[in-house]
Amino acid sequence: MATTVETADGQRTKSVKFVELDDVTIRFAGDSGDGMQLTGTQFTSTTAQVGNDLSTFPDYPSEIRAPSGTLYGVSGFQIHFSSRSIHTPGDRFDTLVAMNPAALKVNLKLLHEGGNIIVNTDSFDAKNLKLAKYDENPLDDDSLKGYKVFPVPITSLTTRALEDLDLSTKEMQRSKNFFALGLLYWMYNRPMDPTLEWIKEKFGKNELVMKANEKALKAGYNFGNITETFTVRYNVRSAELPPGKYRNVTGNEATSLGMVAATMKAKLPGFLGSYPITPASEILQELSRLKKYNFRTFQAEDEIAGICTAIGASYGGSLAFTTTSGPGMALKTEAIGLALMVELPLVIVDVQRGGPSTGLPTKTEQSDLYQAILGRNGEAPVPVLAACSPANCFYAAFEAARIALKYMTPVILLTDGYIANGTEPWMLPHADDLPDISVPFADDPENFKPYLRDDHLSRPWAVPGMEGFEHRIGGLEKQHVTGNVSHDPANHQFMVEMRAKKVAGIADDIPVQTVFGPNEGDLAVVGWGGTYGAIRTAVERLQAEGKSVAHVHVKYLNPFPKNLGTILRRYKKLLIPELNLGQLAYILRATYRVESTTFSKVQGLPFTPMEIEDKANEILKNHVGARG
Amino acid sequence: MSNEEKQAPVQDQIKTFTAKDLASDQDVRWCPGCGDYSMLSQLQRALPEAGVRKENIAIVAGIGCSSRFPYYMSTYGFHGIHGRAVAIASGLKSAHRELSVWVATGDGDCLSIGGNHFIHALRRNIDINIMMFNNRIYALTKGQYSPTSDHGQKTKTSPQGVVDHPFNPVIIALGAEGTFVARSMDRDPKHLKEMMLRMHQHKGTSYIDVLQNCVIFNDGVYDLYTNKETRPDNTIYLEHGKPLVFGKERDKGLRLDGFRPQVVSLSEYSENDLLVHDEKSKELAFILAHMNDQPGFPMPLGVFLDIERTVYEDELQAQIDRAIGQKGGSDLESLLHGGQTWEIEENGGN
Repeated sequence: MATTVETADGQRTKSVKFVELDDVTIRFAGDSGDGMQLTGTQFTSTTAQVGNDLSTFPDYPSEIRAPSGTLYGVSGFQIHFSSRSIHTPGDRFDTLVAMNPAALKVNLKLLHEGGNIIVNTDSFDAKNLKLAKYDENPLDDDSLKGYKVFPVPITSLTTRALEDLDLSTKEMQRSKNFFALGLLYWMYNRPMDPTLEWIKEKFGKNELVMKANEKALKAGYNFGNITETFTVRYNVRSAELPPGKYRNVTGNEATSLGMVAATMKAKLPGFLGSYPITPASEILQELSRLKKYNFRTFQAEDEIAGICTAIGASYGGSLAFTTTSGPGMALKTEAIGLALMVELPLVIVDVQRGGPSTGLPTKTEQSDLYQAILGRNGEAPVPVLAACSPANCFYAAFEAARIALKYMTPVILLTDGYIANGTEPWMLPHADDLPDISVPFADDPENFKPYLRDDHLSRPWAVPGMEGFEHRIGGLEKQHVTGNVSHDPANHQFMVEMRAKKVAGIADDIPVQTVFGPNEGDLAVVGWGGTYGAIRTAVERLQAEGKSVAHVHVKYLNPFPKNLGTILRRYKKLLIPELNLGQLAYILRATYRVESTTFSKVQGLPFTPMEIEDKANEILKNHVGARG
Repeated sequence: MSNEEKQAPVQDQIKTFTAKDLASDQDVRWCPGCGDYSMLSQLQRALPEAGVRKENIAIVAGIGCSSRFPYYMSTYGFHGIHGRAVAIASGLKSAHRELSVWVATGDGDCLSIGGNHFIHALRRNIDINIMMFNNRIYALTKGQYSPTSDHGQKTKTSPQGVVDHPFNPVIIALGAEGTFVARSMDRDPKHLKEMMLRMHQHKGTSYIDVLQNCVIFNDGVYDLYTNKETRPDNTIYLEHGKPLVFGKERDKGLRLDGFRPQVVSLSEYSENDLLVHDEKSKELAFILAHMNDQPGFPMPLGVFLDIERTVYEDELQAQIDRAIGQKGGSDLESLLHGGQTWEIEENGGN
């Protein structure tokens, strides 16, 4: 399909070709102050409304405004969108928007051969080239020969478009990300309206800034339309997603919504005790806006107070949560032990990031599995769940709360920076379709014993204020049934085993492990948490090639689903890709005596499907002698 | 809500109970002669007079001798972990405002490992009552120095004397913007009970520094203030609106020389020349709290400061009430289906 439009000089018409694509990946990259995250989220929001399936990956430095122009200050936002169902932000990208030389240098290696590069030529000056450690301007030599380069003086075009506004040059330049966004909207045939509406809502109070951003967006769009630089537009049809109402969510948003939904379905007030930490802070921020759902947020003085206020609130009859990331999780460790000893419901969300210590705060990793399952003093079993995608965080948070309430126990939910910040379209559930997870409080003061256990070994919940149920709990060992302090040797052994049995028994109350692909065969790729999308995409590709490969994604990590061991033994080889040095593999070996190949990646980055595909092929070739 | 409103109990609706009703069925296991016994019996005596429902009382403790307190009360009780009692109590009270929450904590629990929670609770002014049993020693771990041990004091971990400078807990409480700060001692049960009732009446965080004798590891540390003979000349009771007089013969008083307090003889000055205590003055509270850092000055006992400030959990509740009153509904369906959404029709696309 081709259309003709009038060019800028009004003299000629240019021919614009429309190319239909199934699948596109774009990377926006610039300085951390260039507004690339905003550009990316706007492009995402519009793309979601156009009806594509999508997956995003924000990748930014831990400094808020790293020194401009530097390689380590580059902030990126990747979006993969498609007319098919997709699971990851993409292996490599088709188009790179590079707002400066550093952004070009950092990202070029993941651009497809022949891919598009839109560069802001204004920033390719001697100073920025030097900061990006370029000896020569890559726009002037042959180094970009294999790509389609679109040199656009984005900064000066933006200031020119805004020259009639009463703004300083610096202020005008701030709108350059909207110019880039407008250009990409033109290129990928997306409407500007959703962003224009958003600008109005966001900047309505500051009319000058609102106008500047609107103008810059439109200028970018028109630039694509009328200059001869651009002659191809791309179209990606709506995806054939299951019918329903959708919204685009990050994992942290979905976690927050899952928490609120759980409190409402438990018919309890909600409480979050938390201390800000990357990449979990958005949950605290989000929930602090949702007070009208009778949800209290308590920004505590430290991580320990975060969990201890939550324990206090749980004691007081709220459905309580605490949210954190790895280093904060370490600080909460003692209090998690307290929660399991006093047997109060509590959900601890660990949005994992690169560790150990401060590690890589803004980068993803899955290295807190040991900490979640094993990291406490004493025999301290805690149920552990892991969310596998941004939208899945909703259901995982809800399920964690269900288990916490039913079993009167702290539950750890592991997510990670990748799914916490990444987005995907979420087909919204109806409130009525979510199960009631309420639990009754103790109701018989005559026969009330704080550590008397029910069928699933839970103790009764009696909340201060309830007349006739006054009792004492604490971190000291309890006597069975009465809950009185006890140092009796046999009682301690009994209670240690009781707590272990209670948590192990949850295996009877969770779904059995499912398998994607053959029930037995050459290879099972076993994963947990945020690697889901990359593994699923890789396994789909391998299956399409006729290979005997299954995907086993474990969502319940303690206890494991009852049938997991049986399933794992049905495959000749197990491949376990993990963003750590093999933590799940270690635990599976200890639990089921199964051998596996660990595919480890600890670079602060998620797996790409291609990496997993290659690794699986290598195993199939070398060890299984696979057909096809 | 003012203190008066909070005080007004609906007596006919509240089941009355006595001090005896507040004793649990557990044997009290403090050392014979421990000052903690006095604290326990005074709280058991004060609460029946406080106009509070028994089932609404919750005692939260950390770790240490005094932190076993909840086990000896027949109320709701939570024995937490070291240093975290104030944090647990803060969460409990924030989520459940009707409760009367009392924290039993020691000088190590409150000021050392739990110091951070302590100052932040005071800053927030959460309506909890913090009773700090200050024996100036780690007793449950058998005799190491604490953050209130005297400089130079010999303990198991300071055989040559403590090198650390001690905290004055009242100064910390005032510095952390506490709205009710008091001091009492185990050997003056009547005063202790009176202070506990004042704490209950105060809306906001109430803190009391209780000079408490450890008979095993720090015996006699407060003898100067507790012995009948030496007490009158070495302590001064702060009473709002009254001139600051002390001494066996009530013959001494305090006056201000600039910003400095001075001990004067009433044979040279009249009561009219003396400093009149004002519980509403933050400035005076600091002056009085610092006074006994210097030799020759009496140990002040009583209420240093009792002022009103907005209370954390009430403001939080007000925000929730306002939010619930806002348009848009607060049902789950509207939450899930809010924001930017789009529909995918039956046959794909939109």
